[in-house]
Amino acid sequence: MSRYLIFPVSLLAVATLTAIAQQAPVVIQPGAPGQPSKVLPPDTHATVPPVAKADIDFMQGMIMHHSQAVEMTALIASHTTNPDVRSIGAKISSSQSDEILFMKRWLVARGQATSMEMPGMPGMDMAGHDMAPMPGMLTPAQMIALRAAHGAKFDHLFLAGMIQHHNGALIMVNDLFNSAGAGQDADLFNFATDADNTQRAEIRIMQGMLAKEQPTASPKENR
Amino acid sequence: MNLTSKPNLRWLVLPLAFAAFTTAAPSLRAQQPAADPKAAAKPAATDELDEFAPKPAPPLPAGMTGSSTTDPRFTLKAGMYDAADTSLGIKHLDFLKKPAPFRLDATSPDDPQVIKTLNQLGVGDPAKMPAALKPVIAQLAYANSDFAFQGTHLFQGNFYGISIYDIANPAQTKLLTTLICPGGQGDVSVYGNLLFMSVEMPNGRLDCGAQGFPADPPPPAPKEGEKPVSHLPSPEKDRFRGVRIFDISDILNPKQIAAVQTCRGSHTHTLVVDPNDKDNVYIYVSGTSFVRQSEELAGCSGDAPDKNPDTALFRIDVIKVPLAAPQDAKIVSNPRVFMDARTGALNGLNNGGNHESKPGDKAADTNQCHDITVYSAIGLAAGACSGNGILLDIKDPVHPKRVDAVNDPNYAYWHSASFSNDGTKVVFTDEWGGGLGARCRPNDPNKWGADAIFNLKDDKLSLQSYYKLPAAQGDTENCVAHNGSLIPIPGRDIEVQAWYQGGISIMDFTDASHPKEIAYYDRGPVDAKTLVLAGDWSAYWYNGHIYGSEIARGLDVFELTPTANLTQNEIDAAKAVQVRELNVQNQQKIEWPSNLIVAKAYLDQLSRSQAISASRIAEVQKAIAKAEGSNMATKDVDKLNKLAPSIESEGSKAKTPADAKRLLALAEILKHPSI
Repeated sequence: MSRYLIFPVSLLAVATLTAIAQQAPVVIQPGAPGQPSKVLPPDTHATVPPVAKADIDFMQGMIMHHSQAVEMTALIASHTTNPDVRSIGAKISSSQSDEILFMKRWLVARGQATSMEMPGMPGMDMAGHDMAPMPGMLTPAQMIALRAAHGAKFDHLFLAGMIQHHNGALIMVNDLFNSAGAGQDADLFNFATDADNTQRAEIRIMQGMLAKEQPTASPKENR
Repeated sequence: MNLTSKPNLRWLVLPLAFAAFTTAAPSLRAQQPAADPKAAAKPAATDELDEFAPKPAPPLPAGMTGSSTTDPRFTLKAGMYDAADTSLGIKHLDFLKKPAPFRLDATSPDDPQVIKTLNQLGVGDPAKMPAALKPVIAQLAYANSDFAFQGTHLFQGNFYGISIYDIANPAQTKLLTTLICPGGQGDVSVYGNLLFMSVEMPNGRLDCGAQGFPADPPPPAPKEGEKPVSHLPSPEKDRFRGVRIFDISDILNPKQIAAVQTCRGSHTHTLVVDPNDKDNVYIYVSGTSFVRQSEELAGCSGDAPDKNPDTALFRIDVIKVPLAAPQDAKIVSNPRVFMDARTGALNGLNNGGNHESKPGDKAADTNQCHDITVYSAIGLAAGACSGNGILLDIKDPVHPKRVDAVNDPNYAYWHSASFSNDGTKVVFTDEWGGGLGARCRPNDPNKWGADAIFNLKDDKLSLQSYYKLPAAQGDTENCVAHNGSLIPIPGRDIEVQAWYQGGISIMDFTDASHPKEIAYYDRGPVDAKTLVLAGDWSAYWYNGHIYGSEIARGLDVFELTPTANLTQNEIDAAKAVQVRELNVQNQQKIEWPSNLIVAKAYLDQLSRSQAISASRIAEVQKAIAKAEGSNMATKDVDKLNKLAPSIESEGSKAKTPADAKRLLALAEILKHPSI
């Protein structure tokens, strides 16, 4: 079934404008391979599928996930002078702060809350034990250890922790695209795909930094 | 087609980044990105959306510099169709709004169409939005993407279809045809009667339908204390992710003749024409998105290579298109371009992890290309492959082989590549932030989200410099390096490039270590208070004009105008190069005609670089003018011929390789001049 809303006036327009049809731009909807195309009225508007609940859940969850990354990078200034860590931290902070705003805008523009309902939220068990609420998020104990560390120790915990954190984001993107009806909004699709791609790249860079810091770790070809 | 209105119809839904709706106060912060955010007292929130207003960039990391805030491009007035613009060496000739199917015509905030659209977008209560923003938000449906060109036709991709324009008179460009066929991102190529289109999103359908696919019913709630059972969505046989092929022999009624499915869809694709194969063309497919289930498309696996050696990761796909039977197009190979040649590991481009590597860490290996530019004339392709830039030998186009790879800690995402015409340089781009973010703010380092210029010698890449848009942009302008093409100015390496809402910048990279801007065009942001995804996706030179694909607004046409950095002769020499088709990622060797206009362009360059004396230049210029005036009278042509040997010998004494090449090329034209 074709889903275009045709304004009644358009039918009239098609009838009366036949004389200048050669000049008027045409709107075509191709068919499946081998099938003929359909000519649509010139005032046809394209449509998009509705947003899925999995889309909303993903954005709300990723806001929380990103917030921890920003919290981690905020420690860098007072905890390390390592220029490589400072550089990757600045890049992550900049990207993820920006993306949090992006996700909030996306949700609000669709009439959605920017955070998940707390009751029933996965990851917080009744006893308040250390449980990461989203894949890859650092536990409270890990965050305490990170805050307490300085210098090389901090660098190590930060890099290892951020790799863990980023890998969690990759799982979240994977889960999103494994949900029927999800990811059909171009805005969200682009964002999720880009978040996946850039976080993979950042993981690579951080793995390289960890490997450099750990010369005993078996170095492999890096070209 | 169903002509009756259904209650569930959604006739226009805003697909791409749109914005929070803020009151005026945050915009003042937005305009002062360099100021201490704490210095400006935050006004009492009058709107729940205030918190989403853009925030200034964090301070520059030590040792980094940002772009200029004194450039006129930094402070242009915002507006959807009435933004201020400014330019240097570029004249804006024409602008066309997006075709009707991809836009909303209403401009009044109270227009019923606007209100209806906003309601359907789920905006909430449109009455709470600032009036000026309503039509802006409602306009932003359906993002434009990349271009292809053929004869007098321009093909503009869109996330929801393709628009075809008549550019016989570029200053009066006319829309011919709009194809509605969703699936993003609508990367396009054209070859003869065939038009190719990339589809990657899950809403893509074989039949070009716009309805997408429904969500499965929610699974039953897990019992207390049990984890929810994850379930995969139903496979959809009508879903299409891959490369569509249309027959455009009737430009007003294109038909889909083939749709080649791939596991990861097609984010971009590259047309490959093998000089030794007249019967087929090839398409390199770069997929960057998720791998679908094998239940939907047999053989697809997103597993790590150690788990499944046939994984759809760590490869590109090659489609062979038989020209006599394009409907039989199919995948003929899945080159493992990231393979470690020594170990055979498919994920050869990785950092080896570390002692704390956990399961899943391997996923960080470079497993995809974003875009590939092939240069068949030199048998090479440059792949921008997320974590790496790679160089491929494509002499056997079905079996490309990696010959070099580079990475760079400044690079977030290797996005696209182009060769210099002589094949001695490659310009890569870094799409830091995916194009969705403001990344040209005063505090954004100009080595991040920039071009990286490499020398290419003996199949080895070596980094020479970075180039970033020299003008800082505002907090509400998405901006990062994006798609560009060479401008065929003889004697120089010049690229025109799109920077999203940073506009268009023309860069001279003749000296790979010192690239510099020679011309630009920029508009103000779509909105002063909120970041709305817009700006130029691509800016390409085609047969004498520059075309800009504006994501939100439409299509721009420009021409070059002379400046101190570019003479009219150089522009005219570029216009002397005419091609039948242009698919920028299928790079073609530029050959200049042996025309006196090309000679005059070289002379202007030799004058600029002071490679030879002013009197010598004047002498040759005079002889050229005389020959032109006499319509190439024999004695005037003889005079030109006689000048050639001495110019040639000057070439051997030139101070720079660029001047040496110019002098030798000039001498060649003087030997065989034409007009």
